[in-house]
Amino acid sequence: MTVRRLINLKRVEARRIYLTYFVVILAYVICQTMSSTKILSSSMRGMLVPICAYMVMSVSLNLVVGISGELSLGHAGFMSVGAFSGVATAILMQNFIPFAPVRLAIAMIIAAVFAAIAGFLIGIPVLRLKGDYLAIVTLAFGEIIKSILNNFYLGVDSGGLQFSMLSDTTRLLQGGRLIIRGPMGISGIQKISTFPAGFILLMISLMIVFNLVSSRSGRAFMAIRDDRIAAESIGLDITRYKMTAFVMSAALAGAAGALFAMNYSTIVANKFDFNTSILILVFVVLGGQGNMLGGIIAAAVLTILPEKLRQFSDYRMLLYAIILIVMMLATNNAEIKEFLNKLNPFRKKEEAE
Amino acid sequence: MVFLNFFISGISLGSIYAIIALGYTMVYGIAKMLNFAHGDVIMVGAYVCFYAVARYNLNPFLGVLIAMIVCTFLGMIVERLAYKPLRQAPSLAVLITAIGMSYFLQNTALLLWSSNPKVFPSIIGRGAFKLFDGRLSVSHITALTIIACIVIMIILSLFISKTKMGKAMRACSEDKGAAQLMGINVNATISLTFAIGSGLAAIAGALLCSAYPTLMPTTGALPGIKAFTAAVFGGIGSIPGAFLGGLMLGVIEIFAKAYISSQLSDAVVFAVLIIVLLVKPAGLLGKLTQEKV
Repeated sequence: MTVRRLINLKRVEARRIYLTYFVVILAYVICQTMSSTKILSSSMRGMLVPICAYMVMSVSLNLVVGISGELSLGHAGFMSVGAFSGVATAILMQNFIPFAPVRLAIAMIIAAVFAAIAGFLIGIPVLRLKGDYLAIVTLAFGEIIKSILNNFYLGVDSGGLQFSMLSDTTRLLQGGRLIIRGPMGISGIQKISTFPAGFILLMISLMIVFNLVSSRSGRAFMAIRDDRIAAESIGLDITRYKMTAFVMSAALAGAAGALFAMNYSTIVANKFDFNTSILILVFVVLGGQGNMLGGIIAAAVLTILPEKLRQFSDYRMLLYAIILIVMMLATNNAEIKEFLNKLNPFRKKEEAE
Repeated sequence: MVFLNFFISGISLGSIYAIIALGYTMVYGIAKMLNFAHGDVIMVGAYVCFYAVARYNLNPFLGVLIAMIVCTFLGMIVERLAYKPLRQAPSLAVLITAIGMSYFLQNTALLLWSSNPKVFPSIIGRGAFKLFDGRLSVSHITALTIIACIVIMIILSLFISKTKMGKAMRACSEDKGAAQLMGINVNATISLTFAIGSGLAAIAGALLCSAYPTLMPTTGALPGIKAFTAAVFGGIGSIPGAFLGGLMLGVIEIFAKAYISSQLSDAVVFAVLIIVLLVKPAGLLGKLTQEKV
């Protein structure tokens, strides 16, 4: 029954879901062929995995911001929890599991679990608040996670795992290895993230999010988003549903963080700061809140854009800022929208028909 | 005595946060938006002041005045170009535009003044008052910062409560539609709010860089976020709240640096914010609005 309902393409949501899958798969096939036939420049090939990671981040934040309607400004915090726990797991398993893809998958799962735990712990206080106050507290947690990871030391030796805060007091035995080195982060990471792995993670997260959205919980999320009081009055457990969305989003962000981190040889906590959280939020808002495909496209465009603007060298980030402002004005101001419509020759024809 | 020393430097840092937080809170109170570009207006103010004082050898106070004028106009122009067209747009769109504005200002500064840190000359020298036989020393800039903050606070409170324009601002923050019906020019009032907030940001920039004399295009970002936190801490939209929140945040930060850990001081500051918001969900002095069905 549900299967038939889902496949029924007359339903707008179903069409949108299948369009999203279709575009993602098509983009993957095109990119994969282009990259194997060396049409894609090496700098672009290097960006495929980060783009996938940012796409997953965009999908996961969309669950919180678009579907459940809460502004989160600390999403990069979950990404960093996932990155650090995932990479640490991968390094620990290096000798036991020689096959890289399995190691990557296990690392991503562990990363998702750790990020989900962080999401749950943070969700308890955060979800009591509303609106801008909720936003500022997620910002605060993002900064706290960054500070803690910047002062966290984790080492491994024959005696097992050793960790310490603030300064390195792990006192590792001979042959031990210090994995997380406070502000120096983790270095010497094996780059085991691959583009197909990124694609699979993106597909899995899309499936999870779409299934969640078109289930009972998803309808509850949207009911709470549209009218909290009405939803509460018909007996929806607001905290539980918000927590589901928040934890699920954190878990996906954690997996994305692990994917992202294992594309580089070194990773530091400062990489996942407030600006990264904002960048992901920009993907979501620019792509349209609640619109997964829009968010994915925005993630791809805004990650490639700074690279493509490299020819303008010093003016690169300035142009990026101007494009961002102009895009926001163009999509949100009635007068400018009308003006653009007049300029667009195709739009006129449509209206004439 | 050591404790008192830390306390005074905490109050001084807090005064700077308070002045910045006033800008955030006034704009939020009236336009209901988080102006993320505010931190970068501080940086612009500091640069203008730096060039006026260090390059053209102007009197430091004249330098601050010029910075204030430049920032006032900058604030008004930013509001006119980027925020006014979005008055009817969803708040998230405005937030992203503000972030875009923040990147814009930072990168313009990067092009104009390069990323090399500049050593900011203190606006009143590096001397210090010695109290209790020299056991307690309060630098001139610390004293000036605290005095400036108190003076600004008094003038602003008088302006908001006594003048006609202040009344218009309060009316707009209460209900824009009703204010318009009463003949208040809402757009001009919002513009005025941005002008005042940005002018104050210039003062904060000069004071901040006199106390911590490295000036870079990203100088304003972190104090901006902290001051925003301070504004929320005190109850965003409330002017005494911004003052109180700023001072408390400064003191907590300095104490956390001194007694807990300098690396974790930011984490401690944000943890305190979270605890306060859990106990008082609208900040220390914020009004909790009751929802009506």
